[in-house]
Amino acid sequence: MAVTGTDAVGTAGTGSTTAETVETVFRIESARIVAAVARVVRDVGLAEEIAQDALVAALEQWPESGVPERPGAWLTAVAKRRAIDLVRRGETYARKLAEVGRTLEDTPPPPEPADPEDIDDDLLRLVFTACHPVLSAEARTALTLRLLGGLTTQEIARAFLTSEATVAQRIVRAKRKLAAAGVPFEVPYGEDRAGRLSSVLEVVYLVFNEGYSATAGDDLCRPALCEDALRLARVLEGLMPGEPEVHGLAALLELQASRIPARTGHGGEPVLLADQNRARWNRMLILRGLEALRRAGEGPYGPYCLQAAIAACHARAVRYEDTDWAVIAALYGRLAALTPSPVVELNRAVAVSMAEGPGAGLELVDALTDEPALRGYHLLPSVRGDLLERLGRGEEARAEFERAATLTHNERERELLLGRARRS
Amino acid sequence: MPRFISLIQVDEQSIATQAPDPDFEKRMGALFEEITKAGVMLDTAGLAPTSQATRLHWSGGRISQTDGPFTESKEVVGGYALLQVKDRAEALEWARRFLEVHPEHWSVTAEVREIQEGPSDPSELPCP
Repeated sequence: MAVTGTDAVGTAGTGSTTAETVETVFRIESARIVAAVARVVRDVGLAEEIAQDALVAALEQWPESGVPERPGAWLTAVAKRRAIDLVRRGETYARKLAEVGRTLEDTPPPPEPADPEDIDDDLLRLVFTACHPVLSAEARTALTLRLLGGLTTQEIARAFLTSEATVAQRIVRAKRKLAAAGVPFEVPYGEDRAGRLSSVLEVVYLVFNEGYSATAGDDLCRPALCEDALRLARVLEGLMPGEPEVHGLAALLELQASRIPARTGHGGEPVLLADQNRARWNRMLILRGLEALRRAGEGPYGPYCLQAAIAACHARAVRYEDTDWAVIAALYGRLAALTPSPVVELNRAVAVSMAEGPGAGLELVDALTDEPALRGYHLLPSVRGDLLERLGRGEEARAEFERAATLTHNERERELLLGRARRS
Repeated sequence: MPRFISLIQVDEQSIATQAPDPDFEKRMGALFEEITKAGVMLDTAGLAPTSQATRLHWSGGRISQTDGPFTESKEVVGGYALLQVKDRAEALEWARRFLEVHPEHWSVTAEVREIQEGPSDPSELPCP
């Protein structure tokens, strides 16, 4: 025991260079630095540049002076000083001076070290600005992952299977658009807030889903992206403990993520919920999810809490046969009432078919076949095929599975559907 | 993102006699809040002293049992933190911050170990 202990410390403790320490500290702190600077310069693009300057300063100075005692505070202080200098001098940023100069003269520079509450406020402003509805969902996602998730442009590009240049351009344009639209660096309160909050939650949800059910490519799932989304959701929980839907989103993602190890087989093929080895579900994530849902309170539940409650029903079922489908069908009913959508209705149909039988489910699905929003959506024929199969209508089932296979963009899913077509 | 467990090892006997300064708990609370808000803390707990612990040992096809306290070991595991971070450097940075919260005259070790992810069936583990 003692020998292993010494060995571990010996290799890890002394091995890292100052440059590595700088980069690690910067990665941990960068969102907070950008947020603190953005409060001064009121421009996230400029704030990010200034934060990078502070990183460069640390890379130059720390190898000489040693790592400061509170490296995060050091970086923030340097960045803020630079921000204030820049705004005052107004050499390169004359435009900014006009906007901010007066405020700076009227009020003394922000106090340091900052109160944790202030840091949280700055971070929240950054969250709401990066997820502002003037930006497209794609732009919001890239900017959020970059500024709050601490991902590099290269990492974002890899996650979304696109080129680094595309992502870089998307981020530059997003920053420009925020500046051009005069989006204030503020946390919205009042009427605006609900809509703005759902814009934030949507970004995290989209990132998670892109990882959870990859819409393109060979892999069914890209867990790294799910983990990035989970981390963001956990950060949001800390920043907005009074918002039930924030807890709901975190709960939903924790619960969905708990099933990742069981969702793919050894060959990378998808494994349906009914066939998953529940022993492989991550118990800790399930417990974290249930705990987050408890923090969301008693309701009335919003859409994320309802979806989390549905995921919780699955998580609580030790065996597939134990699933309480009647409760799930009722939760989908509430979700459909709150956010009517053909996709929710399709899910409700599945739950109803499990609670009341395939005939009842098919009735609901058949009402959706002309739905324009579901045209080209592979899960519609896939679900219909499943219900027909359970009703013993093999011929019709096969046709539906084959149709679903032509509609999916995911290779693994296509193989699964074609396999079901052959067996029905 | 890899997961790391930081096993906190303390000298139980010396800590029992050295009361921390009054601000210790406040500093620790603030740090835990910071780690949690950074979205990296998955779980953490302190352990009851080894005077309430039992070691079961399997050797030669036999179980032997030793009741605590384990005075022969200088340092024993006194708590743990389970973190999910980008890499080992980030895990070490958080461990460093954790240690720095403690009183100067204390001796505390954080053993940072990466969780082995992937197949739980030993036959599926990659060959070293």
